[in-house]
Amino acid sequence: MPKAVVIEKYCKSCSLCVDICPKKIMAISDQTNEKGYFVATCIDQDKCIGCALCATVCPDVAIDVYK
Amino acid sequence: MKKVFSRTKGLTEVPFTFCPGCTHGTIMRLIAEVLEELDIIENTIGVSPVGCAGFSQDFFSCDFVGAAHGRAQAVGTGIKRALPHRTVFTYQGDGDIAAIGTQHAIHVAARGEKITSIMVNNAIYGMTGGQMAPTTLTDMKTSTSPFGRDPVTMGFPMDFPKVIAGIPGAAYVASVSVDSPKNIQKTKNAIRKAFKVQQAGLGFSLVSVLSTCPTNWGLTPVDSLQWLRDNMMPVYELGELKMTEEVAQL
Repeated sequence: MPKAVVIEKYCKSCSLCVDICPKKIMAISDQTNEKGYFVATCIDQDKCIGCALCATVCPDVAIDVYK
Repeated sequence: MKKVFSRTKGLTEVPFTFCPGCTHGTIMRLIAEVLEELDIIENTIGVSPVGCAGFSQDFFSCDFVGAAHGRAQAVGTGIKRALPHRTVFTYQGDGDIAAIGTQHAIHVAARGEKITSIMVNNAIYGMTGGQMAPTTLTDMKTSTSPFGRDPVTMGFPMDFPKVIAGIPGAAYVASVSVDSPKNIQKTKNAIRKAFKVQQAGLGFSLVSVLSTCPTNWGLTPVDSLQWLRDNMMPVYELGELKMTEEVAQL
């Protein structure tokens, strides 16, 4: 099952992954990381197709993708 | 389950210190991935500029030297001539390479130094607070052109890679963008080719990357990418601006 995992310490809440996701399953959560950014998260892993577009556009290399 | 995307070995574990949404991180990742793919992380010496990219040495796994403002290519020239078997690249912003370091950028190309330069063009001075750069677009508002850049008193934006492409010693000059996954892939291909040009000893190679500065543009990261597409792409010609015959055969 494909999945996208956000590494919280790298995320800066820029929302580029939220904008690019073709399945619209990335969202900014209400959890903060150590720097105080609201981290992005995958809200429905079952719908993930493992396209890695989120990881491709992420400027902080904060997303690992499994397929 | 296979990992299809993860952090490259070319980068350290240190989180980038750039503002949220700044595409500096994307460009650094692409360079680091190319270093890993070509298996030259241990062999490479990078030269960092002054500006937002001045912390490069913390992020890349390869060796790094810090240069004075605009002098990265002069330092890179010295390193390459002393250690010709090492791969040398400079990572510079538009203010560093196209304003303060213009003389070095032009003469390093004229001499055909066998180094690679990556130019990050976000049309503004980022770290110092959003002042006007040579690449600032006509009518674009910055902290030193609050009513927009007026060409009558402030001049026109300069398409710097085109200037370098006109110099004989430049073997490979590309202008690319990181606004979309497709263009990010093109950027990576251009960076890979630029490093291969250096490895083959064919001459100077430059990759100019259109980048965003959400903080100083006053836009969200997503809107910044659209602004780049709407405003910068029509002004700065994209594509492989120059390729010698030897490079085409690589």
